[in-house]
Amino acid sequence: MTQVRDHDAPRGRPATRRRRGRVPAALLIPAGLGLLFLVLPLAGLLIRAPWTTLPERLTEPGALTALRLSVQTATLATALCLLLGVPLAWLLARVEFPGRRLVRALVTVPLVLPPVVGGVALLLVFGRRGLLGGWLDTTFGVTLPFTTTGVVLAESFVAMPFLVIAVEGALRAADHRYEEAAATLGASRWTTFTHVTLPLVAPGLAAGAVLCWARALGEFGATITFAGNYPGRTQTMPLAVYLALETDLESAIVLSLVLLVVSVGILVALRDRWMTTA
Amino acid sequence: MNARSRRTAVAVLVAAGLAVAGCGAVDDRTAGGSGDGRVTGTVTVFAAASLTESFTRIGKDFEAANPGSRVTLNVAGSSALANQITQGAPADVFASAAPANMTTVVEAGDADGTPSVFARNQLVIAVPRGNPKAVAGLADLTSPGVKVALCAAQVPCGAAARTALDAAGVALTPVTLERDVKGALAKVKLGEVDAALVYRTDTRAASADVTGVEFPESARAVNDYPIVALKGGPNPNGARAFVAYVRSAPGQAVLAEAGFQVP
Repeated sequence: MTQVRDHDAPRGRPATRRRRGRVPAALLIPAGLGLLFLVLPLAGLLIRAPWTTLPERLTEPGALTALRLSVQTATLATALCLLLGVPLAWLLARVEFPGRRLVRALVTVPLVLPPVVGGVALLLVFGRRGLLGGWLDTTFGVTLPFTTTGVVLAESFVAMPFLVIAVEGALRAADHRYEEAAATLGASRWTTFTHVTLPLVAPGLAAGAVLCWARALGEFGATITFAGNYPGRTQTMPLAVYLALETDLESAIVLSLVLLVVSVGILVALRDRWMTTA
Repeated sequence: MNARSRRTAVAVLVAAGLAVAGCGAVDDRTAGGSGDGRVTGTVTVFAAASLTESFTRIGKDFEAANPGSRVTLNVAGSSALANQITQGAPADVFASAAPANMTTVVEAGDADGTPSVFARNQLVIAVPRGNPKAVAGLADLTSPGVKVALCAAQVPCGAAARTALDAAGVALTPVTLERDVKGALAKVKLGEVDAALVYRTDTRAASADVTGVEFPESARAVNDYPIVALKGGPNPNGARAFVAYVRSAPGQAVLAEAGFQVP
């Protein structure tokens, strides 16, 4: 609705169209300040980094262990999110059902929820005395807190909305007619989904997976609350940064720098390729 | 812009205006600390997490004794607080759970005067009420099926735990190394671990959920709590008055009741 009105506005004032090439200062200045605000803290890390001792700090076993664990758990979390999130996104985009708007809102709640709250909520469900965790513990002897699986769960909880939103958007933007054509040619719903729908939304899927991975990599609050902090098992990079800050600012800077480089590298490498087409 | 989005824009502007006004109201602490010795305005106290309950009470008592004053507590791990102070956080008082973090602040030139020890704390083993795993000492913590939370070695309660465990010759593998003592205690309260090494004061404060089991080796790992007024804080008068209050008889009584040893 709003879009239609916005279209109407410039038609009444053709002069604004001719000036489209020039960037108005009223937009350029706040945009520049916004960029500066987002980039300056990152530059601060680069400026304050102890470059001379960087190599030996990087190769400290603790740092490498935390990085390896972070990459592993973020990748596993992304896999779990793909497995559960893609069907969820499909359901939200393609199936009319009562309460769909509520479900969509619920799916995105972890985006705005403080991660610590997510961690507490996970404990209350999957913890040793939790709703499901108690049963898992007594029946199978499985406890999730303080395990690497717990880290993957915490990261998935926080990161899955990124994937669902991206894939749902891609599904809505995709042309239905291909799917309808496949159906008229006799393809089952499953075949249509795997052979038509998924390839159609591949760019959006990849973008969502990358965002999901990056968010999982940076997860801190839910992880330390639900999975605890133990080197080699649950201590991911963000946790290592937090604890390094307790004793040694320079170590914390170096670890932060690694996380920054990995995140920026991934986002830059994939953004142009996938996100603009999404 | 249609009517609806215009209304939204107005609402956003109003909310932003209120937020700015709110910030202005908070900033009145800069007016604190007039020259006549009377304490007014906000005193910002950075205190170790283990001081949460006792300093909350001391803060209230201090406010009652000094009408017009307000105590704002920032509680966290002592080392994190020391970092915040040396990085320029506008704090008036620093109360640390370990001398090492106080040294960081003193060496950075942020202390106004010499720190003094105002309390001591000892470790106990926190177990859920009723002690279901029948933990009687440090050695019991290594039994199979007993999950233990410790503080990370980087924070004072973790360093003290390490010292006590070494003194007892107990090789313990915890399931988690928490970032502060309250984190370790929370894991016991939630029932996620069977025991944690925390301060005696923490088990007293949480006596509804946990019991503290004393053990002899804790005597080898007693934590000294130093306090100091800070240079460059917004309320130097209030800072000195608060430090004096913590060391006065009423302040020390609150600390003793919380389970601290007072010097």
